[in-house]
Amino acid sequence: MEYLNTHLLSLILFTPAVAALIMLFMPNEAKLHRWFAFVASLIPFLLTLVLWSRFDPNVAGFQLEEKYVWYEALNSSFHLGVDGISFSMVLLTTLLTPLAILASFSVTDRVKPYMMLFLFLETGMLGVFLALDLLIFFVFWEIGLVPMYFLINQWGSANKDYASLKFMIYTMGGSLGLLLAVQMLGVLFGSYDLVSLYQNWNALNPGAMLLGMPVATVKSIAFWAFAIAFAVKVPIWPFHTWLPDAHTEAPTAGSMILAGVLLKLGAYGFIRLVLPLYPVEAKIFAGALAFLAVAAIVFGAFGSFGQTDFKRLVAYSSVNHMGFVVLGIAAAGLAAGTTDAHIAMSGAVLQMFNHGLSAAGMFFLVGVIYERTHTRNLDDFGGLFPVVPIYGGILIFTSMASLGLPGLNGFVSEFMIVRGSYQPLTVYTAISMLGLLFTGAYILKGIKKVLHGPMNEHWAHGEHKLTEINIREVIVMAPLMALMLLTGLWPLWILDIINKAVTALF
Amino acid sequence: MTTELLIWLIPLPPALAFFLIVLFTNRSKMLSHTLGVGAAFLSWLGGMVIFARALGVEHLAEHPFESAVNWLATGDSYLKIGVLLDPLSATTLFFVAWTIFMIFLYSVGYHNFGQPEGDHDHAGLPPHGATVHGHTVPSVEPMYSRFFAFLALFAFGMYVLVVSDNVLTMFVGWEIMGLCSYLLIGFWYGKESARNAAIKAFMTTRVGDVFMLLGIAFLYSVTGSLSFKDIFREEVLHALASVPTGILGLSAAGLIGLLLFIGTIGKSAQFPLHVWLPDAMEGPTPVSAMIHAATMVSAGVYAVIRMFPIISLDEKTMTFVAFIGAFTALFAATIAVAQNDIKRVLAYSTISQLGFMIAALGIHAYVAATFHLVTHAFFKALLFLGSGSVIHGMEHGVLHTGNHKVDPQDMFNMGGLRKKMPITFWTFLVGGFALSGFPVLTAGFWSKDEILADAWAHGHTIVFFTLAFAAFLTAFYTMRQITLTFLGEARTEEAKHAQETPWTMTTPLVVLSVFAVGYGWVGMPHWATGGLVPNWFHEFVGSMLHEHAEELAFNIVPLATSLFVALGGLTLGYFAYRNVRSSAEDRLQISVLKNKWYFDELYNFLFIKPAIWFSEVFVSKWMDQGVIDGILHLFGPATGGVGGAIRNYIDLPVINRFFGDGSAEVTWWFGKNLRPIQTGRIQQYLLLTLIVIFVISGLLYFLLMA
Repeated sequence: MEYLNTHLLSLILFTPAVAALIMLFMPNEAKLHRWFAFVASLIPFLLTLVLWSRFDPNVAGFQLEEKYVWYEALNSSFHLGVDGISFSMVLLTTLLTPLAILASFSVTDRVKPYMMLFLFLETGMLGVFLALDLLIFFVFWEIGLVPMYFLINQWGSANKDYASLKFMIYTMGGSLGLLLAVQMLGVLFGSYDLVSLYQNWNALNPGAMLLGMPVATVKSIAFWAFAIAFAVKVPIWPFHTWLPDAHTEAPTAGSMILAGVLLKLGAYGFIRLVLPLYPVEAKIFAGALAFLAVAAIVFGAFGSFGQTDFKRLVAYSSVNHMGFVVLGIAAAGLAAGTTDAHIAMSGAVLQMFNHGLSAAGMFFLVGVIYERTHTRNLDDFGGLFPVVPIYGGILIFTSMASLGLPGLNGFVSEFMIVRGSYQPLTVYTAISMLGLLFTGAYILKGIKKVLHGPMNEHWAHGEHKLTEINIREVIVMAPLMALMLLTGLWPLWILDIINKAVTALF
Repeated sequence: MTTELLIWLIPLPPALAFFLIVLFTNRSKMLSHTLGVGAAFLSWLGGMVIFARALGVEHLAEHPFESAVNWLATGDSYLKIGVLLDPLSATTLFFVAWTIFMIFLYSVGYHNFGQPEGDHDHAGLPPHGATVHGHTVPSVEPMYSRFFAFLALFAFGMYVLVVSDNVLTMFVGWEIMGLCSYLLIGFWYGKESARNAAIKAFMTTRVGDVFMLLGIAFLYSVTGSLSFKDIFREEVLHALASVPTGILGLSAAGLIGLLLFIGTIGKSAQFPLHVWLPDAMEGPTPVSAMIHAATMVSAGVYAVIRMFPIISLDEKTMTFVAFIGAFTALFAATIAVAQNDIKRVLAYSTISQLGFMIAALGIHAYVAATFHLVTHAFFKALLFLGSGSVIHGMEHGVLHTGNHKVDPQDMFNMGGLRKKMPITFWTFLVGGFALSGFPVLTAGFWSKDEILADAWAHGHTIVFFTLAFAAFLTAFYTMRQITLTFLGEARTEEAKHAQETPWTMTTPLVVLSVFAVGYGWVGMPHWATGGLVPNWFHEFVGSMLHEHAEELAFNIVPLATSLFVALGGLTLGYFAYRNVRSSAEDRLQISVLKNKWYFDELYNFLFIKPAIWFSEVFVSKWMDQGVIDGILHLFGPATGGVGGAIRNYIDLPVINRFFGDGSAEVTWWFGKNLRPIQTGRIQQYLLLTLIVIFVISGLLYFLLMA
């Protein structure tokens, strides 16, 4: 018990990776690999529940911290910790990974490496959320790319080579500036520890000279180095075009994790690093950030409406929804210290959580129908509701959560963001409403093309008869739907934790 | 049970019914409708108990029933949501509970419960009838259970809206109804027209909704609260009225009011967002009644009434409200006179009547608007259910003759139905007369008269004449409808074989017709009753306002106008259509009216086509795949180009050729050219050695000694 108390975070972090290594020595039996990976991924989830019981939302700052010697020469230590913001993301990750693995039970091609990659991926993502050391953060940031690259590249659909390459190169290219800026901070202060950097970096006299330039200039450059790395990952317009390709070509579970968690890494970077390290710059450049965010919201919605591929439509919806996250972050940066900022930021974090649920659900549902029909073209479907009524009901429910219907989760967070950004960024908020309007258009287009309308007889009879969603698939969706409803009706269950952390931080 | 707890519980039964039907009982039609109707009954019962208790409270407006809980964490505080019962919500709850309950009951009969399964019926299409012993009889709706589930969710949304004590949950109920109207209009989703109508309804109202959301955000930012109790405090209102926004010269209150009102324009189908409502007729008839009378469109007007303290602060906004309302009232009435579909006439009539209410609010006639909202809900629900009954009867005729080309909704295919469907006829007549404002007897007369009286008394002459003309048209098209449908002789074989509908459908008609008449009596003005009966409605709802509105003194002009337009319109309608045999003889089939002033075509050209082009071509093709990906794809060739350049211009010529191959060539050249002196003769080597020694010695000497 005592060991559990002191090593909880590292246990959550490394269980998946260790499990993946154990799989290496297991006999070649697909069924065994599936179940082992699934059970192994449940352990971090259960540990997260333990973490929840140990976690005290009323304490400001990081909790359950762990610190180990790691790279002494650089003075970088293996420092982990959680606060309310990272906790919600850890919960999301450890919840979605078992579901994604369960969703992959239909994969028959090279099951062992597939499952191993997923477990490695989980460790990579969790590391980003738990790291309190910049170098560790960067290491995990990049580690997450590798399993995802192979998942897309090996198990993806037709255009996988192009998509995986674009994903990998783009994200890595974006991170170059981040790496440089991280190095600069490390060199300047002789430490990569986030907690001490927060203080030291902000304590610099803005008028002083640094590297032959005024501190303010250095900070501005470093701000954009950070911001662009995270902007590519979120992604913000105009860095978003890797997303539809990667999401569309990835295997179903890969898309679930990509949309559900990987995009959150970028937004999390903004919240954990950019705003605390660059409060002044965040205020100065809030308008620019908000502009890009609103462009993502509006163009994301229009882009989604313009698709003929079901999966691409859902992929573009992520651009639209994550735009709201960034809008909230921009508003929080601009209005730091006010209630507006707290509401906008809490809304942004909650939106990350909510989008994780609904986007994962949507991608899974696209996968369910793709697996049966081997087409994603919206014009190939039509009138399927009577053929697959349960699937139809689930699809409508999840679509409505994604659309931001009041009573379901998306509305709560979008409302908070709009409320928080209204005062600091009135015009941008007003324009973002256009995106909100077209969210309706693309969601309804999806439902119309798939479920409604005259029945496409091709799927109704004979060898092509569409089979109803099975029990395993319903089990994947059930927790997601339950949480969507719960968050919509009583958001305080998670919002209280987020809000307290946000209020303490910003 | 405390009243507060009871109020919390009111929306619950329909919500539970929705989940139970969807998750468990959807295979059993019997269980599903029992759950649905039972839930509607429970909410109705709770509503009546609460209404009775509310009546027993003195000064309910100052001391409403209320209760709230924390819902949203906002920094250091919480946003509370809760329930509230004041005179306005009590009044609304009363008619909502009645109409919803009646609509649930009616749906059982409308969807042919107890009839056999259809021969060729598909989920997603209306039932086509079944063959029993060689006869074709109506068949039960294939998605019977689902209908009750959606209807229950709809009811939940409306109850949430009514009992809310804050703008946010009001908006939640509002949007849930939006979803349900989408699902119910598109209930027969197999029809292309139904699914397009569903999307049109959802998207058009959503245009209003996003403005409303913006208004809520604005309101919340400036007042720090969304609960009615807080935002309607004197000092808050005063502050809102005095803060300028710099947009259109409006105060904060004016802009908030305007944004919220745009939400209502969408939901209550006011011009220019009226286009969705007539198409919403694609849904089954109980849905039309639900949307057009009891709930959704009323919700829009209810929202304006609820937010009246804020909206009424800025005269500019109020003028806009009055203009939209009056214009819509007339505009929709002109379209209604040229429609042949029995439900579409009612749809445009609804738009027009809602315009009356909105116009009334725009001229500060708060009580009159509320009164008309209630009476209209009763008689319009009655009319929609009545038209559903007519259609049902006509479908019976169609099944009998087997001629499916006959449209059972076209009034020119009807005629003489009064004999075949007496209960439907008499109740429809009551509803129709109430809608026309038939003097003294009907509720519609009192409420419409009050609006006209208000407009006249406060000098809003333009509004007065516009509404009076609209009221004339209303009476006219109503009588046209009644005459074409029920009077005269049957014009088709199908109409001859129409049948009266079962008790589950006629009972609601009878109940609602009681209210269509009787509800007018609770709001009769002082001059009409001579003070024998107090004007209860005015006292009760009027107490909501900070400045209690005085009842108007008697004036002959509006009364005479009311009488004239109602009776004149009815008479003209009767005589004009008494002998019309077919639509060709109808002189009002003017194409601009029939085509609804071409607004669908205009919007299609102005908004829908450009939006599709913008999405599919501009954003997807040009911007993302063209420009952005184009730039990204340049990186590949660019990197390749740099690499190639380095190889072709540095690596290959300089390093490989010059340094690498070059040094080899130099060595080889030396080797080749030095070869002649490697002769193998020892004398020659010695001679060379001697020469070298001399040269080096000479150099050493020269360099060191000199």
